[in-house]
Amino acid sequence: MGLNGRISALFGMERGVHPPHCKNTVECATVEMPAPERVVVSMLQHIGAPCIPTVAKGDRVEIGQIIGDSTAQICAPIHSGVSGKVLAISEIILPGGTKTAAVEIENDGQHRVFGGVTPPHVHGKEDLVTAVRASGLVGLGGAGFPAHVKFALYKQNCIDTLIINGAECEPYITSDNRESRENTWDIMNGIMVTAEHFNAKEIVIAIENDKPIAIAELTKVAKTCTTEGHRIRVQSIPTRYPQGAEKMLIYSTTGRRVPAGKLPSDVGCVVMNITSTAFISRYLKDGMPLVARRMTIDGNGVKNPGNLRVTIGTRIKDIVEFCGGYAPDANRIIMGGPMMGICVYTDEQPVLKQNNAILIFAGAGGEKEPEQPCIRCGRCANTCPMNLAPYELYKAYLRGDAADLEKKGVMDCVECGCCSYICPARRQLTQMMRLGKVYAKKQGGKR
Amino acid sequence: MMEKRFIVTSSPHMTTASSTRRIMLDVIIALLPAGIAGCVMFGWYSAVLIVSTVAAAVVFEYLFRKLTKRENSVGDLSAVVTGLLLAYNLPPKFPVWMAVIGAFTAIVIVKQCFGGIGQNFANPAITARIVLLVSFPTAMTAWRTAYDGVSSATPLAMMKTGTVLVPDGTTILGALVGNVDTIGCIGEVSRLLLLAGGLYLFIRKVITPVIPLCFIGTVGLLTRIFGADPVMQMLSGGLILGAVFMATDYATSPTNLLAKVIFGIGCGFFTVVIRLWSNLPEGVSYSILIMNVLTPLIEMATYPRPFGTDRKRRLKGPPKEAAKP
Repeated sequence: MGLNGRISALFGMERGVHPPHCKNTVECATVEMPAPERVVVSMLQHIGAPCIPTVAKGDRVEIGQIIGDSTAQICAPIHSGVSGKVLAISEIILPGGTKTAAVEIENDGQHRVFGGVTPPHVHGKEDLVTAVRASGLVGLGGAGFPAHVKFALYKQNCIDTLIINGAECEPYITSDNRESRENTWDIMNGIMVTAEHFNAKEIVIAIENDKPIAIAELTKVAKTCTTEGHRIRVQSIPTRYPQGAEKMLIYSTTGRRVPAGKLPSDVGCVVMNITSTAFISRYLKDGMPLVARRMTIDGNGVKNPGNLRVTIGTRIKDIVEFCGGYAPDANRIIMGGPMMGICVYTDEQPVLKQNNAILIFAGAGGEKEPEQPCIRCGRCANTCPMNLAPYELYKAYLRGDAADLEKKGVMDCVECGCCSYICPARRQLTQMMRLGKVYAKKQGGKR
Repeated sequence: MMEKRFIVTSSPHMTTASSTRRIMLDVIIALLPAGIAGCVMFGWYSAVLIVSTVAAAVVFEYLFRKLTKRENSVGDLSAVVTGLLLAYNLPPKFPVWMAVIGAFTAIVIVKQCFGGIGQNFANPAITARIVLLVSFPTAMTAWRTAYDGVSSATPLAMMKTGTVLVPDGTTILGALVGNVDTIGCIGEVSRLLLLAGGLYLFIRKVITPVIPLCFIGTVGLLTRIFGADPVMQMLSGGLILGAVFMATDYATSPTNLLAKVIFGIGCGFFTVVIRLWSNLPEGVSYSILIMNVLTPLIEMATYPRPFGTDRKRRLKGPPKEAAKP
């Protein structure tokens, strides 16, 4: 923390916010949910170019078989999580509003595993990049950035620190925490492979201090793995949203600031989600690509909350049914956490690789409270992790002043939601930031 | 069967429990003890004055919003805060009708004419007090001592005219909690209770203590340098009330740390200049008003740098977005 930050904290002006934790499912061990009768596998489950279906209607597919791929650089192949017949190639609307193709597969219930699912042969670093791509891995923390793109960074030989993100700062979600407790050795093996790949000397496992059991488990295992070349340290970081945001995490673990518009690799860091890391070690062992993942199902709108291992492409309604159904007045579904997650209007929506939680809420409180005038309390500015002044940006946006929006840093916004969360006048600052970015880009193009 | 539809809203899907009304309620809670103490010291008429000023402020707010066909904003309690602050800044025997004019100035002219809560560039209560001071100079300086109501000059005025360096009977304890010689506005004399109110606001995270500390600290430091009694200067007049409750007004003070420091020091500087070298005995109101007007400039000069940008960036604007690898 810089001098300014320290003084600010002393006077109660602290970056980030403290939403209620609501980690209700922390003691719920992962339950395997059987694959449903029908899955809808989206062809866009990552940041980057969408995949093109490699199967056609009527084809038979097996578990682990590629059903979508693309030649684009930033893209991860998509595999089937069930064995059965392709019912249709349809079009779906993703939670964010993007339209994309989806492969609908009818599960024949025979669980036949594709013949190509064998442990990958990794003899060199390039082989590992290829293997990670073939696994279909994307950032499992929520962002969904194709992992092989990060792994290809080894060529630049610029990474000295590997940061494993187990912060899980969003309320409700306990998926990464369960991973740390249930699959500690997978995580550690994945770390060893990744660290060696990048030649990273320093390895930091960052976990918020509200997860003492996970920290203890990982510390115990990390001690046995620290060797001459690698120093593994488990760092307990303060519980404060958005501690797990990439730039914040790099800053609080290494003190390095990622310059605006630059990437973690520019400051010698690579950040991997803790569940992604564990997945790599499992993939290298059995070769099963990313076809299922753990997600937290919680909220007062679902009868039996818990942590489930769900086949990718399972529709939310099947998950809810497995969890005992909806509470009587369930009226909201959020894919992801309550701070950054996206509402969906229908439970026909299939889950994606990067979904770490499905939250279902019931009763009042669904609709936003009306916006009141800004009282200039400055809380949005003082909590903004990117040190922006959202209330000023809101004014610039209302004026339609694209130049001012850009000058005041609208493009630096990470949309963490702190400003909207903290605003006593209930102003939709985060949403305005999103609109402001689009507006500034459009206007900027005209100039 | 119809497919079930769900509510869609933008993230975040959680909000803090705080609200504008809660913040204003906290300010009222923090102000009340000092007002009650003022009424005990100056008698029942002070209570009447406080209640009528607050009532006038609320009525003007309601009427203005009604006449201009705007949403009723009385519920946010900000008019109550303005009314209280204005009443606290009046001498104990001030006529009610004049106070009503003050409430009109504060609510209608200073606040609502500029767009209502959060939009005014000057603190309504401070500006109204200054308007009253220039309109009714005699009534605004008709000081009475506490309890026995003998007319007298304020300690600051006595220090100013040089009759005494520290007036007799004006002790630090007296200045903090009030005694028989206490003279001043209704709400400014129980300084210990005002400070306690400030502490409450800090604990409730309504205000940060940056502005009050810089303001009061600067007054202490400068009066020490220029040979006045710093402790008595810090504990006299409306400094504590002004520094804790008026200089921290959200709409008219800066939001970032550095700007708050500059704002507080500026308030302290102008207060000392007025107290020591002008014709006026007290300068807290004027100094806050001056800094209110300067606030946009201070904020412009200290606009926070986004995380991960260097000094040059603020002048040149953002770089072109880098492509993902």
